[in-house]
Amino acid sequence: MHALTLPESGHYDEMLLDSGGIRPHYRDFARWLHSQPPETLARKRAEADLMFHRVGITFAVYGDDSGAERLIPFDTVPRIIPASDWQTLEAGMRQRVTALNAFLHDIYHEQHIVKAGLIPAEQVFSNSQYQPAMQGLDLPHRIYAHITGVDVIRHSDGNFYVLEDNLRVPSGVSYMLENRKMMMRLFPELFASHAVAPVQHYPTLLLNTLRHASAVDNPTVVVLTPGHHNSAYFEHAFLAQQMGVELVEGQDLFVKNNRVYMRTTAGHKQVDVIYRRIDDAFLDPLAFRADSMLGVPGLLSVYRAGGVILANAIGTGVADDKSIYPYVPDMIRFYLSEEPLLQNVPTWMCRRPAELDHVLNNLHELVVKEVHGAGGYGMLIGPAASAAEIEDFRQRIIADPGNYIAQPTLCLSSCPTFVESGIAPRHIDLRPFVLSGRDISMVAGGLTRVALKEGSLVVNSSQGGGTKDTWILEDQS
Amino acid sequence: MMLSRTASQLYWMSRYMERAENLARLLDVTHSLSLLPQSRGGADISAALATTGALEACRTRHPQLAAGDVMHFMTFDAANPASIVNCLKYARENAHAVRGKITGEMWESINASWLEARQMGLEGRPLAGFFDWVKERSHLFRGTTYGTIQRNDAFSFIRLGTFMERADNTARLINVKSHLVGNAAEDSAADFYLWGALLRSLGAFEAYHELYRDTLSSRRVAELLILRPDVPRSLRACMDEIAELLPLIKGDTGHRAKRLAATLHAELSYDEIDTILAGGLHAYLTQFLSQIYGLGDAIHGAYLEAA
Repeated sequence: MHALTLPESGHYDEMLLDSGGIRPHYRDFARWLHSQPPETLARKRAEADLMFHRVGITFAVYGDDSGAERLIPFDTVPRIIPASDWQTLEAGMRQRVTALNAFLHDIYHEQHIVKAGLIPAEQVFSNSQYQPAMQGLDLPHRIYAHITGVDVIRHSDGNFYVLEDNLRVPSGVSYMLENRKMMMRLFPELFASHAVAPVQHYPTLLLNTLRHASAVDNPTVVVLTPGHHNSAYFEHAFLAQQMGVELVEGQDLFVKNNRVYMRTTAGHKQVDVIYRRIDDAFLDPLAFRADSMLGVPGLLSVYRAGGVILANAIGTGVADDKSIYPYVPDMIRFYLSEEPLLQNVPTWMCRRPAELDHVLNNLHELVVKEVHGAGGYGMLIGPAASAAEIEDFRQRIIADPGNYIAQPTLCLSSCPTFVESGIAPRHIDLRPFVLSGRDISMVAGGLTRVALKEGSLVVNSSQGGGTKDTWILEDQS
Repeated sequence: MMLSRTASQLYWMSRYMERAENLARLLDVTHSLSLLPQSRGGADISAALATTGALEACRTRHPQLAAGDVMHFMTFDAANPASIVNCLKYARENAHAVRGKITGEMWESINASWLEARQMGLEGRPLAGFFDWVKERSHLFRGTTYGTIQRNDAFSFIRLGTFMERADNTARLINVKSHLVGNAAEDSAADFYLWGALLRSLGAFEAYHELYRDTLSSRRVAELLILRPDVPRSLRACMDEIAELLPLIKGDTGHRAKRLAATLHAELSYDEIDTILAGGLHAYLTQFLSQIYGLGDAIHGAYLEAA
C-alpha cells in the first residue's frame, strides 16, 4: 500500500477524482500500483536513475560554470491519456500547425493577413524574429516549420489549452523515446495489460519528413548541432543515430559553387537537407551574427538559391513569439476557414494601453512573460511572488510594455508522482511533436514534463522539472 | 566514409584509452620496483616520468620528486594533463562527441570508467588495485569494441588509434630503459630488474621465457619487443596492424600515410637485431619514433583534418 496524497479540491488531477475515486483510464494502473510493494518500486526507480546515468542522458544547465551535467529526473508513474482526449488533441494540433505554416508563407510573401487588418504590420515586421532574407523565397510544399512542438496544459475545467507553439528548434523528443524504453524495461507487465500506442517509430517519420522536404532524389540528410556543450546535445546525437545520418558541426560543413559539402575521410560530400539544431542568428556568420563559430559561412546564400533545405526554415520564430501567439486562433479562421479545435490561453498584451492597465492592477494573480523569453526564465508568477518581486516586475513592465504579455494563472492539471513522502500530485504539461512534410504526421505521445516542487507550476527542466512517460491508450472498442 | 572530425574523435578516444592502460602498466611496475632494496630511491620514478614526457611538469610541482607525490601526479591529479584520470577523461570526451558512432555498450563502458576513476580519486584508492582496475577497464573497452561495433571505417580508426599509441609507447619505454642500462656489461643484477620491469610493463615477461627459455639479456629483450610479430605490444606487431588497417579505409586521400606505414612495416619485417644493435639501440629507436610521428601527421592530414 502506498501513501497516496489526494489533490486539492477544485484542481484537475489526471488520475484521481475529487471524491478520491480513480478515473476509468487509470483503473488498471492503480490496481497494479497497489499490488506493488513499495521496496520494489523504490528499487526500480534507483535502477532507472542508474541506467539513465550510464547511458549518459544528461542535461547541461545554462549558467552553471562547472559545466555540470545532471539527470532530468524521471518519474515512473506514467501520464495516461485516453484515446478520446488524444483525438481532440491531435486534430487540434494538425489544424494549428497547418495554419502556422500558412501564416509563415503569407508574411514572407503577399502578407494577406496584414492587409486584411487582422494582425498589425508592426507586430510582424518590427519583430526581431522576422527575417527579411526570407521575403519572397519559395520553399518546397510551402513548409517552414517541419518540426513543431506544441505545449498544451489541462486546466481545472478539464479542457486542454495551448500554452505556446515552438517552431524554431523544439527539443525533448529524445526524452519521450527514452522514457518509453525505460518504462518498457522496468515494467513490461504494464504494457501487456495496457494498449499503449507506440512512439518508437518517430525517428523514421522524422527522416521521411526531412527527405520529403527536398526535391532531390535520395537526398543526403544531416543533423547540425552546436556541439557537445549544448544542453540538448544528447538529443542531437540520439536523433542522428536513430535516423542513420551524420551528426555535423558547423566546422564539418563548407560552401562551394552554391552547394553545401561536408568534410569526410573520403573527401567532400554534398549535403541536401540540414536538420539544424542551432538558432537562426548562429547559422551563417556572413549573414547573421559575425561572431558565430557554430555556423557555416555562406550558408544563407546557398539556401536562398535553393541549393540546400534547412529544417526548420529561417525566420519561423516570428510565428511562435508570445506577441503573435494571441493571433493564432484568428490565423486558423483566416487561412483554413475553420474554428480552432484547441483553445488559446486568454492573453493580455501590455503594448495595448487598456490591457496594460488591467495587467498592472492585477499582477498578484497573473502570470507575466517576456515576449521573447523561453525556458521558464524571465517570468513572474503573481500568486507565488513576493510583494517586492511584483514591484520589481511592475517597473520592468512600465519601462518596456511591448516586451510583456500576461495570462491568468492557469491551474495546470496534476498527476500522481513519486516524492519523498510517497505519491503526491504534481503539476504537469504536455509537448507532442508535429511533423510537416508532404503531409502532417505525428506519433501518439509526447513529452510530459512535471514540476517536482510541491505547488510549483514551472515544469522546465532548467528549473528543476522532471519528465514522465506519456501513454496514449488506443481505443479498444 | 565518415566525417573527418568523427574519425579524429574515434582515433583519439582509443589513443587516450590505450595511453591510460600504458601509463597504468608503467606505473604499476615502477611502483613494485620501488619496493625492492636494489632500487635507488627516486631514480626509477624519474625514469618512468621521463617516458611520459611529464618529468619537468612534475618537478615544478613536486621538486623533491617524492614517490607518493609523483604517483599521485601521474594517477589522480586533475591538474596534470598527462595523468591517468585525465586520459580517461579525454577518452570519454571524445567518445561523448561521437556517441552516435559507437555502440551504446562502448559508451557505457568508457563513461563508467571515467565516472568511477573520478570517484576513486576522491576516495584515495590504493594504487596497486587502481592500476589493475585501469588495465581491466581498458580490456573491457577493447573487448566491448571488438564484440559490438560494425566492421567499418569507424572500427578501423579506433584500432588505428590503439596501435599508433601502443607503437609510440613501446618505443619510448625501450628507449628510456636502454638509456638507463647504458653501455654497461650485460646481465648485471640491476639490469635484470630493469629489463624484467620493462617486459612486465609490456605484458611480455611470460612470452620471453616461453620463447627464449634463457636468462634476460638486452639483445633478446630488444629482439622480442622490436621484431617479434607474435608479441602483441612489439613494434612489429603494432606495424603489422597499422599496415593492414590503412588500406582498408575507403577513399584516395591517404597515399602518403599508406606509403610511410608500408615502409616502416617492411623495415621491421626484414631487419635483424644484430644490425640494429650495431648501429645503436638508442639511435634506432629515436629514428623509429620520428617515423611514427611522421606517420601520425600523415594520418591527420589525410583523414582527420581534411581541408
